[in-house]
Amino acid sequence: MNVRRIDPHAERIRRNRLHPRYQEFMHPAWRWTGPNGVTRIDPHAIGAVGPNGIRRIDRSGAVVEAQPPTSSPIESGPSRRMVVIDDPAGFVMVVPECPEGRLSDHDRDLLGLARQLADGQSLAVTAVTFQGAVAGLEDAGADRWIDLSACVEGDCYDPESRLAALLSVETAMTPRHWLFADSFPGGGDLGRRLAARLSRSSSHGANARAATRVWQIAEGLGLSRAGGRQDIQRELPLILLALPECAEPVSETRHEARPISIDAAGSMTSDMTAVGVVDLGRVAVDPQQIPLAQAPFILSAGRGIGDWAGFHHAAEVLGASEGASRVAVDDGNMPRTRQVGATGTFVSASCYIAVGISGAVQHLQGIAKCQRVVAINRDPGCDMVKRADLALIADGDAVLAAVCARLGKPMADVPATESRGERYHDAA
Amino acid sequence: MTPPDAAACPVVALVSSGHHPVSGRPGRAREDARAVEMGLTLAGARLQLVHAGNAEEPALRDYLGMYHGLDDSAAQGELALLPMTTADDAVPLLATWLANSGCRLVLAGQRAECGEGSGLLPYLLAERLGWTIVSGAATIERVGADRVTLLQVLPQGQRRRLEVSLPCLITVDALAPPPRQSAFGPARRGRIHVVDGLTAEEDSASGEWRWQPARARPKRLKVVKSGNARDRFRAAAAKSSAAGGQVLTDLTPEQAADRLIAYLREEKILNDEMP
Repeated sequence: MNVRRIDPHAERIRRNRLHPRYQEFMHPAWRWTGPNGVTRIDPHAIGAVGPNGIRRIDRSGAVVEAQPPTSSPIESGPSRRMVVIDDPAGFVMVVPECPEGRLSDHDRDLLGLARQLADGQSLAVTAVTFQGAVAGLEDAGADRWIDLSACVEGDCYDPESRLAALLSVETAMTPRHWLFADSFPGGGDLGRRLAARLSRSSSHGANARAATRVWQIAEGLGLSRAGGRQDIQRELPLILLALPECAEPVSETRHEARPISIDAAGSMTSDMTAVGVVDLGRVAVDPQQIPLAQAPFILSAGRGIGDWAGFHHAAEVLGASEGASRVAVDDGNMPRTRQVGATGTFVSASCYIAVGISGAVQHLQGIAKCQRVVAINRDPGCDMVKRADLALIADGDAVLAAVCARLGKPMADVPATESRGERYHDAA
Repeated sequence: MTPPDAAACPVVALVSSGHHPVSGRPGRAREDARAVEMGLTLAGARLQLVHAGNAEEPALRDYLGMYHGLDDSAAQGELALLPMTTADDAVPLLATWLANSGCRLVLAGQRAECGEGSGLLPYLLAERLGWTIVSGAATIERVGADRVTLLQVLPQGQRRRLEVSLPCLITVDALAPPPRQSAFGPARRGRIHVVDGLTAEEDSASGEWRWQPARARPKRLKVVKSGNARDRFRAAAAKSSAAGGQVLTDLTPEQAADRLIAYLREEKILNDEMP
């Protein structure tokens, strides 16, 4: 008769993680003799995790050291196949928006859509940029690259000279398709201008009527979203303006992004007689008036903040919109409209500074779309520190006060009644 | 806002029929109503409305009902209707009418809510008339003798000031000031003036299109392309967290502030003019 014997002493140690012999009892030897006298082997307890993250059991008798994985295999990924198109049958032009000088997700989707059109017909996907070198065009799927930064003036809004530069590309290369991102006032504006200009020329005619808000291309037909809950299925025209997530971005191939030079300067001078639109520059907008979901720069406060006046002052000095965690709102320190997270607002800031927020799951969901997250917190083990691109382990109040002092506007100097409305345009 | 010199510059708003986003009930188009509101603040009762389409359209009276609360209390709205069917092309009709009307400033919504809804019409009109076009206006600040100053909507709540030469066509963004309510009395009193003598042409480009009810767009799936089951499992189980974040410990507040300011400058969020 077999009786299962329980060692109450060992059970007690296994329940207590703080016991000095906890590890010994919790992870017993990999081989032991069972109650029936049979030798038992725990296969999970033997071997060691190798450098590529896979557990190896070495039966040769050599001692295998457990090594931490050197690099995550997910990030390195399989190596991409190089694709070179030497003499293309035609061109598919893509005009990426490149906000802040780098390819956005929408731009990568556009290039993926262009690959979908080009593959199988030996067309070359050509990226047309207005701001000089853009990183990552090779991996995003561009075979050729035309730099038109010489034809336009830097960052300002001059749709007419951009249109003239695109027209010179059109006459020089006669591409099969033009792809734009359908967003105002960027690619959606420029693509419609090009479509309107080309509709005048007799060679294109009806083919130049652009397909707007394209969200899918299947079997050579494009689906574009129309008004009144309708879709239009039609042959692919010359110009396509595509919505985000119109296609999968390129992930398996790498392309050469070979620069092509176009003589665009000659055609520019003739069109530039009268400038219709002059850019007078950005207008300062009060960051507190911008809707929180759209705000580009958010300074957010949680339970770790004690000096609320200092926090408001720091937000003003940095020019940031104010956000808050749920605790700060429940305690009455911030209004409900400022709450970030699953029960508040889902924000999409390009920079989000979390001061004294430990990072509840609901809060992390709310900031999932933020590009850069900075955490200032006293607890180095909290979830917000794991999520952050830069984590500063320090006291939030003191850091904010020091930031204001470094930027030349410490809290003490400011008169209590400072009018803030005059510097800004009222955006609301 | 400076008092605009609208007498020298008759303002026209292009209106179209819309529908409620949830109930689908016909009514004003949201962006067109904002364009009419902007025109009423600029020109008051001298704002002229234009619609190309069916005279029986119920939404037209809703636009005429916005002529209230103006300086001239007896003012009533006037809408020029260019008759055409849905298969016709509105661009030549509107271009002919605008060229003959002598107006120099045209306001419209960015995109129609019914029909093709491509947002191309203002661009085709401007190209045909040889006018300037600007999209996405939030506010018109000043109307001068030959220039208009306006604010354009940018992403992330930003604004940009533009100066546009007249004659011009301005499309109004959905973030422009909200439109006033449509009232019953002005809607009844407003006049719809059917313009004769213009012959509509059939739209040749849209003949071969297939219309179908809008399908929901498929959600993008996160596909991990790897032959290794372990990688696929790890990718599926991974939390969405930025890997490779920098953690700095043992900092005095001053050091932390320096690191933060340096990071913000590096990412071009703080400009360098601040000390």
